Amino acid sequence: MTIFDRSKKGRRAYTLPEYDVPEVDLGIPEHLLREERPELPEVYEVDVVRHYADLEAKNYSVDRGFYPLGSCTMKYNPKLNEDMAALFRWLHPYQPIETIQGALQLMYELKEMLMEITGTDDMTLTPSAGAHGELTGMLIIRAYHLDKGDVKRTKVIVPDSAHGTNPASATMAGFKVIEIKSSDEGLVDLKELEKELDDTTAAIMLTNPNTLGYFERDIVKISEMAHEAGALLYYDGANLNAIIGRARPGDMGFDVVHLNLHKTFSTPHGMGGPGSGPIGVKNFLRDFLPVPVVRREKGDYYLDYNLPKSIGMVRSFYGNFGVLVKAYTYILTMGKDGLRMASDMAVLNANYLKKLIGEFYPVAYDKDEKRPCMHEFVADGTKLLKETGVKTLDVAKALLDRGFHAPTIYFPLIVHEALMIEPTETETKETLEAFANAMKEIVEEARRNPEKLKEAPVNTPVRRLDEATASRKPIVKWPKG
Amino acid sequence: MKRYPYIPHTEEDIKEMLSTIGVESIDDLFVDVPKTISPEDLKIPESKDELTVRSIVESLAKKNTFLNDMRVFMGAGIYYRYIPSVVYHMASKPNFVTAYTPYQAEVSQGTLQALFEYQTMISELTGMEVTNASMYDGASALAEGMLMAVRLSKKKKILIASNVHPEYVRATKTYVTPQGIEVVMVAYDRETGQIDLDDLRKSMDDTVGGVAVQYPNFFGIVEDLKAIREVVPENIPLVVSADPIALALLKPPGSLGADIVVGEGQALGNFPSLGGPGFGFFSTKMKYVRMMPGRLIGQTKDVDGKTGYVMILQTREQHIRRSKATSNICSNHAHNAVMAAIYMSTMGKEGIFEVAKRSANTAHYLAKNLEERGFKLSFKGPFLFEFVFNAGEDYEKRWKGMVKKGILGPLPMGRFFSDMNDRALAATTEMVKKEDIEALLEAII
Amino acid sequence: MMKKYTKTHEWVEVIEESRARMGISDHAQDQLGDIVYLDLPEVGSEFKKGEVLTTIESVKSAEDIYAPISGKVTAVNEDLSDHPELINQDAEGKGWIAEMEMVDPSEMDDLLTEEEYKKFVEEEG
Repeated sequence: MTIFDRSKKGRRAYTLPEYDVPEVDLGIPEHLLREERPELPEVYEVDVVRHYADLEAKNYSVDRGFYPLGSCTMKYNPKLNEDMAALFRWLHPYQPIETIQGALQLMYELKEMLMEITGTDDMTLTPSAGAHGELTGMLIIRAYHLDKGDVKRTKVIVPDSAHGTNPASATMAGFKVIEIKSSDEGLVDLKELEKELDDTTAAIMLTNPNTLGYFERDIVKISEMAHEAGALLYYDGANLNAIIGRARPGDMGFDVVHLNLHKTFSTPHGMGGPGSGPIGVKNFLRDFLPVPVVRREKGDYYLDYNLPKSIGMVRSFYGNFGVLVKAYTYILTMGKDGLRMASDMAVLNANYLKKLIGEFYPVAYDKDEKRPCMHEFVADGTKLLKETGVKTLDVAKALLDRGFHAPTIYFPLIVHEALMIEPTETETKETLEAFANAMKEIVEEARRNPEKLKEAPVNTPVRRLDEATASRKPIVKWPKG
Repeated sequence: MKRYPYIPHTEEDIKEMLSTIGVESIDDLFVDVPKTISPEDLKIPESKDELTVRSIVESLAKKNTFLNDMRVFMGAGIYYRYIPSVVYHMASKPNFVTAYTPYQAEVSQGTLQALFEYQTMISELTGMEVTNASMYDGASALAEGMLMAVRLSKKKKILIASNVHPEYVRATKTYVTPQGIEVVMVAYDRETGQIDLDDLRKSMDDTVGGVAVQYPNFFGIVEDLKAIREVVPENIPLVVSADPIALALLKPPGSLGADIVVGEGQALGNFPSLGGPGFGFFSTKMKYVRMMPGRLIGQTKDVDGKTGYVMILQTREQHIRRSKATSNICSNHAHNAVMAAIYMSTMGKEGIFEVAKRSANTAHYLAKNLEERGFKLSFKGPFLFEFVFNAGEDYEKRWKGMVKKGILGPLPMGRFFSDMNDRALAATTEMVKKEDIEALLEAII
Repeated sequence: MMKKYTKTHEWVEVIEESRARMGISDHAQDQLGDIVYLDLPEVGSEFKKGEVLTTIESVKSAEDIYAPISGKVTAVNEDLSDHPELINQDAEGKGWIAEMEMVDPSEMDDLLTEEEYKKFVEEEG
């Protein structure tokens, strides 16, 4: 039932105080005014509560259980973070700067800590999400080359294992995207890279560890090659959760680094957002940061708009401040020791689960079984599909029936039947074992009774949905009546 | 071994897991990683207990003055409106807060249906056929709207009214310039505060691929969209950045010829939060839906014939179309959009109208009183709940002084318009009482 | 009638003298899954062999369709706008996409015969 179906003329869920301001003539010409009220629901408060309680109960979430979505870092979202963010709700972005010193100090300190973690020299906290950060970072790179008069650099190199946002962001920033094939180890193929790298290359965008869960061990060499060719190196921070306290992107040679506070720094995903995607840069790029940048002078905090070479603004105001408070709280709680511990345990969990699942389910690019994965790995269902006709999609749906969220499926694109599994550090050994057992049960079921898996899920609020008709004849709003 | 509240591993766990994996130590898992830093060297504090963290963050919170401790007369894109308790309570439920993007539809029906209903409500306000599941904010939504306009018209010049929110203009320029799109600003009428139709007419040629206006505009003045549409030829997309509360009173842009309607949705039940996160809304016509950025939810049936909801037309998006996607947007502001849906459900068709009407009446009452005290309104165009007036010299200083008296006064305009140093932008919402106005009138002189 | 295939999985069939009808192969539709949308090319537009003619979308993928021969589009299958599923049902019949006026009928010679195409698909996959 929709909220509109609950609606009944005359019901109210709101009250407003006595209105004591005298009525005045608004002087708005009739032709500018609405003839009818917008058709919003008319319900009372209990309807609102029951409706949204009902909807909420139909969602799976981190609070309910294991959510091993690869590259999404679905770690637990601490409750303290939420309480701390609530303290800062009632601030207007244009208040006099003297009245928001606490908020600016928090932003400044968060920025300093994130710069320290990433090994960068300056940072903007403004981008609203990872992809927004990518766009910001690529615009900074574009501005840098143009400032030097280097107008030839029109292309950006990304590996074929990259997130879709990388090529999309580079294109939005005005670049032509060149995808290079990964090596048979699932890493950047240096020969392929060399072929494409020249004086028209503006940047290489890399995720490290990459989306297959492996660390680009040639990273220092790649960095040298990029810089020799005059290109910059961009770090997609989706997978930073693997290496905090061990290695810093800035030290590896990355010039621009983006972070996903909603992944690595425990802020909740809220059904798809809001996130936050700060961008850290090396010194020579700081002039190009979007405005405003939070700075401190003689103990006072202020917003610096005076960057003549800035790429401009990438959105209104100062970014998702509410999200920043949560990340700040998390870093204070964890400290440098806890952040390192988190990365260590994230990698331990992934390797443990890889070992358990690898016994009965092939892992992609795992010829060298000794090679550890980082915080995630990709299981490959190609063999299962050939042998039983059961697709990765069926495996995912069968996991839902067993009380787990499915891993990321069909990504990265270079593994056809990919199941990308990221357990994160906040899960117990017992949970990992239970998940591995569920996977094993599904594989056994696939051999015994593949047709049954194609029926999955059966224990969920709805079963498989007709996506084809939904896209062929889209119904995108409630059909009245 | 030090323990952390969010990490479960005991020493025994670690030992057993390492042995199963077949390595000696955690370090063995990091053989491929060049060790560039030890945690001891990181200039970040050590971990802390919850009580200590709480007191640190609380002490930072105390170094601010909050809107709920002031009489607020400032808007300019973020509004101090009442949020009924039920809105935040329901939005804060854990399976809304800690769920991911609804990739597995069968276990995300709550998200999908809530967003579907959100799409319906925003489409109702904007008068458009289709609304996506949210953008980051009003500025990036306008920027994406202009990129979409160019995709539709295939012409690489856009016009933006110079009375559009200055930060939206800046963000739009940042987004469109790298794609070789030229931005031309259209003057506003110094008398009415509306877009200068003559200048619009003069700027209009067959290289123009999109026009952006704000409704009401940054000065609070209601644009005559019908008159604007008459100047903008049918094949050139008209993009309107609108205030959602104002849309409860004003004719929906969709009925006046807008092709794309965007805006900042914070005023719909979201906290000001220093400007973020609110959310951007984005509506258009069904015939343009394949050019639209962002996620879209559709209604369908499951194999048993039960109604359900799924993400649709995903081939527009970056995870499938990569460099040919309509946008790079992935994470959006779904939680804020759902909060807005709960707000719109709570306020309902009468509540939103009432809030808009009160806000407008209060603004007009304030304007009248300011005029009686010799503060001249800057523009003659019709306004709702925001307006610009001449606040006199040194206003910025008086503005800062008023904060000490618990008044967040009208925004000094000098920061956005160099020729408006003596002007201020006043905004009122349903939170403003008569006594607040009296206090402002006393303090502003 | 002569029917040939491309390595990019289009079919093309000469229906009279220099006029040919084209679409995507049954194998291609099977790989794509449920087709949800096809952007029909414009009648009158001209393509060189191998140029992107249009794009076809399934629920989770979008693929380019290439012109199998050079020529001008003389007709498109309007039924597909409302019923893209025709391609799933009958890719090489009712699911045809466009008719083209061939510039150089000898281009047909370079394309794969049905048998060659079948073999190609087996090797590919």
